[in-house]
Amino acid sequence: MTDDGLQLTAQHAAVPHATPGPLTAPFWQACAEQTLLFQRCATCSAADFPPAEHCRQCLSFDVGWEASVGRGVVYSWTVVYRAATPVFETPYAPVIVTLDEGYQMLTNIIGANIDEVRVGLPVQVDFREVSDDLWLPYFRPVP
Amino acid sequence: MPATGRKAAIAGVYNTKQGRSLEGETTRRLVVEAVLGALDDAGLTLDDVDGITSEQTASLSYDLRLGPAWQGSTFGVGMITEAVAAIENGLAEVVVLVAAQAQEYRDHAATAPWTRPENELVAPWGMFTAAEFALIARRHMEVYGTTREQLSIVAATIRNNGSANPEAVYAGRGPFTPGDITASRMIADPFHLLDCATTSEGGCALVVANVDRIDAARKPVFVLGSGADFNGPSYQHPPAWDLTGRRGLDPNGLVGRHAADKAFAHARLNRDDVDVLELYDPFSFEIIRQLEAFRFCPDGEGGPFVEDGHIAVTGSHPVTTDGGTMSFSHAGTNPQMMQRAIRGVQQLRGQAGALQVPNAGVALCSNGGAGALFTTVLLLGAEPR
Repeated sequence: MTDDGLQLTAQHAAVPHATPGPLTAPFWQACAEQTLLFQRCATCSAADFPPAEHCRQCLSFDVGWEASVGRGVVYSWTVVYRAATPVFETPYAPVIVTLDEGYQMLTNIIGANIDEVRVGLPVQVDFREVSDDLWLPYFRPVP
Repeated sequence: MPATGRKAAIAGVYNTKQGRSLEGETTRRLVVEAVLGALDDAGLTLDDVDGITSEQTASLSYDLRLGPAWQGSTFGVGMITEAVAAIENGLAEVVVLVAAQAQEYRDHAATAPWTRPENELVAPWGMFTAAEFALIARRHMEVYGTTREQLSIVAATIRNNGSANPEAVYAGRGPFTPGDITASRMIADPFHLLDCATTSEGGCALVVANVDRIDAARKPVFVLGSGADFNGPSYQHPPAWDLTGRRGLDPNGLVGRHAADKAFAHARLNRDDVDVLELYDPFSFEIIRQLEAFRFCPDGEGGPFVEDGHIAVTGSHPVTTDGGTMSFSHAGTNPQMMQRAIRGVQQLRGQAGALQVPNAGVALCSNGGAGALFTTVLLLGAEPR
């Protein structure tokens, strides 16, 4: 069964990660500097993520990067006990976080017990270097 | 044949042997067996074929020497809709649809390769299909109070169908109680092992033909309506229940509703005209979701609906009567989707053995799921209507 007392931690291995393309490279570079970026449309102001070449709302190509305050709430969650590949240490907790700026992203929760993870949990970004030069934006509960 | 104006029908179906691993088989061996088997079932031969859809369409056109042949481009039950459209518009007369998989999953330290996304914003989070669909299920449980027990009832029902199906990979492995489902190890909360599709090997094929080419004694099955809802690429974006498009229609959590509405309207059928629901079952919750999305029960009431015994073969809404991807077979990305339609055909022809739904005249078949951002629907009939 589940181990509800277990503390969720960041991974410490070369997790699968494709080489960033032109669209995503600025996001990953900023992660290494502990800044969480998202896209903002200069025409209609819509916040968007994952990044796209144009605004998904008004289709303007005048989109730019903006720094998120890195706070949000858990929209939905799971706890994985059977890893996708052996490189992942279990358990880990994939979640969708709704950021205060209004966009959503996939991430993992760390720094929480498994039984603390719930819909609506206030969280903040917590950058961790999981392998050489790969910084991932995890989220942990707001104290 | 019929005076309804329908020019195309499903003329033949075939499943190869399905197994956890089929030693000595290759994908191509299974493809060839399935093509010939479905044509034989249709009373047709390879010389009659002038169209094909598969995951290897171009190489099969060449290697089976089918050219010049029409070729389709979609997957799952949509292949049938596409082939019917091709025949009704005069592009082809006899189209074979085929898919198979063998020898592609041997490293069981990882989940099957087709369950794992490669997207750079998804893969680092350890996502795979069970986690994607768990994020959908958990949201529904939070909003509507859907219970763990209700998920178990779905999984036990479908696995018991498979247990009674001699052609299923897990034939004779039941019966399962709801408690057996939660006693299996946890995979991705709320899903235990027995809530999830299995992985296996096997192949299948269907033949769709101009009705003028089909002997009525072969019991052709007619496509009465179809629908296809796509919200984006699978496993590249957060699988959010509330994802919506710009037309402000139903959210991703109800993906398939628009498709089902289109299918029923085109078929001029009501929900209670459906006798059997060959629903795609990648995870237990997906059955509850589809019952709501397709309007067989009100939103949020799919959990209580399955508790009341509706979805058993003897119930009012029998689902996934061969055991589905949980028990019958889950080979690769495409065979298991086509197999929803094959089971629908078997039910409408009265060929489902101990799992036959009496007098089944209309079947709804589905593919996909909210965790994959798409759902497709096919309404099949024993009569052209």
